[in-house]
Amino acid sequence: MTEKLYVSPSPHLRQGDSTRGIMLDVLIALIPAVVASVVLFGFRSLLIIGVSMFSAVLSEYICRRIMKRNNTAYDLSAAVTGLLVGLNMPVSINPFIPAFGSVIAIVVVKQMFGGLGQNFVNPAMAARIILMISFPTQMTRWTYAFGYIRTLDGLTTATPLADPSGLRNILDLVVGKSAGCLGETCGAALIIGGLYLIARRVITPVIPLTYIGTVFVMTALLGQNPFFHIFAGGLMLGAIFMATDYVTCPMTFWGKIIYGIGCGLFTVLIRLYGSMPEGVSFSIILMNILVPHIEKLTMPKFFGKEKKAS
Amino acid sequence: MSAKGLSFPKKPFKTFGGVTVPHKKATAVMDSVIMPPPKQVVIPMQQHIGAPCEPYVSPGDYVRVGQMIGDSDAYVSAPIHASVSGTVSKITNIILPNGVKSTAVVIDSDGEMAEDPTVLPPIITGLSDLLRASRESGLVGLGGAGFPAHVKLDIPEDKNVDTLIINVAECEPYITSDHREALENSWAVLSGVYAIKQLLKIKRVLIAVESNKPDVIEVLDKIAYNRVRDPKNEVRVLPLKTRYPQGAEKILIQACTGRQVPAGKLPVDVGCLVMNVTSVAFLATYMKTGMPLITKRITVDGSAIKRPANVIVPIGTPIKDVIEFCGGYLQTPKKILMGGPMMGLALYDDTMPVMKHTNAVIAFGENEARLPDETECIRCGRCMRACPMHLMPPAICQAVESKDINGMKKLGILDCMECGCCSYSCPAHRFIVQKIRTGKDMIRHSESK
Repeated sequence: MTEKLYVSPSPHLRQGDSTRGIMLDVLIALIPAVVASVVLFGFRSLLIIGVSMFSAVLSEYICRRIMKRNNTAYDLSAAVTGLLVGLNMPVSINPFIPAFGSVIAIVVVKQMFGGLGQNFVNPAMAARIILMISFPTQMTRWTYAFGYIRTLDGLTTATPLADPSGLRNILDLVVGKSAGCLGETCGAALIIGGLYLIARRVITPVIPLTYIGTVFVMTALLGQNPFFHIFAGGLMLGAIFMATDYVTCPMTFWGKIIYGIGCGLFTVLIRLYGSMPEGVSFSIILMNILVPHIEKLTMPKFFGKEKKAS
Repeated sequence: MSAKGLSFPKKPFKTFGGVTVPHKKATAVMDSVIMPPPKQVVIPMQQHIGAPCEPYVSPGDYVRVGQMIGDSDAYVSAPIHASVSGTVSKITNIILPNGVKSTAVVIDSDGEMAEDPTVLPPIITGLSDLLRASRESGLVGLGGAGFPAHVKLDIPEDKNVDTLIINVAECEPYITSDHREALENSWAVLSGVYAIKQLLKIKRVLIAVESNKPDVIEVLDKIAYNRVRDPKNEVRVLPLKTRYPQGAEKILIQACTGRQVPAGKLPVDVGCLVMNVTSVAFLATYMKTGMPLITKRITVDGSAIKRPANVIVPIGTPIKDVIEFCGGYLQTPKKILMGGPMMGLALYDDTMPVMKHTNAVIAFGENEARLPDETECIRCGRCMRACPMHLMPPAICQAVESKDINGMKKLGILDCMECGCCSYSCPAHRFIVQKIRTGKDMIRHSESK
């Protein structure tokens, strides 16, 4: 026998999924939200999303080259981050701002901590908060949905969270006929994407359900309109796509529940009593930081340790 | 244990984790074929867990089939017998698939297959006879572990075993040797079961078969209902869910009885005895004929094999002779496994001999042999959901990377049975099992210091 054989440790089979495949599924799940943003805010949304995705992938590529590591620019994780940054921008924004946001997300939040799998907060969420604080006026210049049809510049308005009086009914919120960031207004599109991810077993429904459920119950208890709160602002986008980020959410089942409830609690508290309407961003980042502790608390019990041997 | 009672479950108990693996059991419908004796056999002196045997023969000796050629004084050990008749040409050293060095007796076959006159059916009247007979037969756990059978059957006096589980789960892809054993030798299976049940005074026997073997369930179910030998109907077939690793001892016990074997304990601690179907059938045949363990049915399959089949081969036959018997290679083999693809060992060449606990030889071509490259862990948690032992593989890997021995132990690294579900389900294709083995090695080193 002349041919050399591969010798590797068992198992010698793999189920066939890859990181790239998972990231591709997330991108597919976000297509409805992208389509909705184009319908609601015009083709300018594609420009913003494109710029932020391009900037994210490019920064990942350059970073890995400079650090002389294996290049992860093609595993689509940077593309997902870029897309999420783009979907968190208002339509009227200067495209340089999302581009800058993607650079922050990839370079500062992700690569400086060791790249994929090592960042302790969600890069897109952290970038949104940094942009929100750095460019408060541009980041909050909301435009009405379909504003692009009426005038060239669109009409600027407040997000329904800051000024609920402008809202006509909940159905408008569900289909996205309100002001807000590109990807967050159309709840229906986000839910479709979430169902796709659950059906493909990319995410489990635990975090979105506990998160949204907590917000629903809390706002109802505090005398608010719960339907308004679960569809307004970035909650759907945050709960389905940002809080479920593998890297920054707990792996354990009970950890996921604690994490979801925590996100919900902080979101409601910040929304109702805080001075900024940024409930979702801050609460997810806060819970991201707590993840190692949550995981430690909710370590699974090993096989055979459940009951004492009788 | 008595609190649980001794009911016969209609459905298996729930088990945690596991993965769905492709079956690839094309050889399940084929009758086993008997391989003629090869020109030369290489019989390693270590084919079991425990002390290696000392060769009792020297070069130039003439040996007959069934003659004992190696034994050890140690309790945890099993004697080794000649599988062909012929002349011992040399005694050499080989490296076994698991990396252990062992002496091996090389016998040049004369093709006669002359039986040794000492091969006589044992006289069994009590438990001590059974233990002696199973030691003399050279029987080890044929499911793959190779634990000497007489040690397993020798139940400590303070332990009470009420349940015998016959393992016909065979959850590994490709392998069908137990499946064929249960079909072709079903009467031997049952008579082995009755003998052990009677001598060990066991009240409940569960023959656990994965649901992907309906023919085995049907056949065994039919003959397990035997009014003469089993008037109280205490031997029954239990169909299991088809899910890897259903055949792992601890998981099997949980699926059959709902009991969990605590960490570091043995099945007898929860009143269970698990035996592989082929082991039981062999024991029954041995009681009838007295011929020790010298042949083994192995599944030869994989994309590089021309005619996949179940082959009954003399122990010590080099794998390349078995593959030649199966029509040779279809394409250049790139990986040859001894055992299944989930837990089998990759060989570095094809001259390795078939051993007692070998149940399959699988040869892969380039496509299956190459594993995808490792990427970064994305903490998706699939390994955790797949782990049947409820461990947290990423946390264990981290502890191994930082050489934190206490941390590893606290995370239950020693409970890991290396079933491979974590690596199998990992989308980043990480070698989790390998890392865990490294960690176990570190612990062993630190303890031996």
